[in-house]
Amino acid sequence: MNKVIASSISKKFVMALAGLFLLTFLPVHLGINFLLLNPDPEPFNEAAEFMATFPVIKIVEIILMLAILIHIIYGIVLQIQNWLARPRRYSSGSKSKTSFFSKFMIWTGGTIFIFLVIHFLNFYFIKLGLVDGIPVEGEAEDFYSVAYQLFKKPVYNIIYWVCFAGLGLHLFHAFSSAFQTLGLNHRIWTPVINFLAFVYAIIIPLGFMSIPLIIWLFK
Amino acid sequence: MNITLKIWRQKNKDDKGGFVKYQLDNVSTEMTFLEMLDYLNEKLVHEDNDEPVAFDSDCREGICGACGLYINGRPNGPQEGVTTCQLTMSAFKDGDTITVEPWRSKSFPVMKDLVVDRTAFDKLIEAGGYISVNTGAAPEANSIPVPKKNADRAFDAGICIGCGTCVASCKNASAMLFVSAKISQLALLPQGKVEAKERARNLVKTMDELGFGNCSNTGACEAECPKDIKLTNIARLNREYYKAY
Ligand code: HEM
Ligand code: FES
Repeated sequence: MNKVIASSISKKFVMALAGLFLLTFLPVHLGINFLLLNPDPEPFNEAAEFMATFPVIKIVEIILMLAILIHIIYGIVLQIQNWLARPRRYSSGSKSKTSFFSKFMIWTGGTIFIFLVIHFLNFYFIKLGLVDGIPVEGEAEDFYSVAYQLFKKPVYNIIYWVCFAGLGLHLFHAFSSAFQTLGLNHRIWTPVINFLAFVYAIIIPLGFMSIPLIIWLFK
Repeated sequence: MNITLKIWRQKNKDDKGGFVKYQLDNVSTEMTFLEMLDYLNEKLVHEDNDEPVAFDSDCREGICGACGLYINGRPNGPQEGVTTCQLTMSAFKDGDTITVEPWRSKSFPVMKDLVVDRTAFDKLIEAGGYISVNTGAAPEANSIPVPKKNADRAFDAGICIGCGTCVASCKNASAMLFVSAKISQLALLPQGKVEAKERARNLVKTMDELGFGNCSNTGACEAECPKDIKLTNIARLNREYYKAY
């Protein structure tokens, strides 16, 4: 049994499932974020409150956190094994045709990780009561105004964009890779999935990036 | 044409090794790459009193899989769909510098110069690249029907020559394409179905133990494979592995 859980393919299987689960969560989160553009803070804060308290969501939330954790841990383990599998690199580099962004998954994943740390410190851990929150005016749990204060800072905006660009590049490879890992390869459907993956990897990160930009420039 | 070669030289397994530059004149575009190396070796032995460059080859017609070299950043050089022995010097031009390296993988240790030890592939074949049948007279071929589609797919995987190009090209030095070719060749046919689960389990376990990397679905293996083995085989390997538990 030990052998199954630890095998290369099993790790990728779990990683792919976790990754796909995260992929379903992102549009939901993006939808809530768009409420930030509403001049009335209530809908956004209510949505945040709902996400924090509704019991069913609580369960999904636990799965989500486990998924992130497992995805990151396995991602790092696989990457280290991959590096060790070729102790000496080629001097003439690699000019083979590849799924380009697959070569940088650990780095694009790393930017996502940096973002998650910042994001959790600013929002999620406050909700859990783990940290006091950043020094902002007003209540720390008024996430609408927290977001506005953060998004008015150019530095925060730039970090935000870089991280979501990282997410986009991660997803260029990740989405279709997950299907291949799950063994779901089909003459007709694989090209369709690859196309959808491409669209998703552009639309979702751009959606996230547009919100702080709009707030910064127009609000 | 005149070329400059930058070749990996390493005395033995434990030697640190390094690149050595050679100037080689009057190379014909009609030579194969290995003939060019033969020509270099003749020069090294007869004119320079030097050690010849060690490299592997056997059939020199692209069917045995012995010859792989990493040339200018690609396994088997710049021509598409060829083994190193099929590569011709017409792919290069006068004045080119050509870098020649051995396959690089923890599981394929360099023995001497450009020669690597590919015993790891033999271990994989021992672990599951076979079917168990009784010896004796060959049975009637038509007594077990095989759908044409499966026969074709099994054949397309079965033409793998075990050259190691997939491992050499993969950024993770993964052997997934090789293993998936064995899995597909056998699991698609009635004779191979019997041991399919055991085969998938043993092959993946052995592959991991031998220190090959994991598959990142990067696709360099498919792009470089001289026998055009497809990534769909890796998806099948994954499916066969899940079915085995
Ligand atoms: C919202 C966040 C994330 C999503 C939606 C996501 C999604 C995915 C998906 C679907 C895959 C493909 C799995 C496969 O090839 O089977 C993947 C691969 C990968 N992810 Fe993520 N990921 C996220 C965050 C991260 C983070 C934070 C890290 C690491 C610090 C990371 C590291 C990796 C690595 C290294 C791979 C490649 C694994 C391999 O091919 O061997 N990811 N990701
Ligand atoms: S020497 Fe046999 S395949 Fe190249």
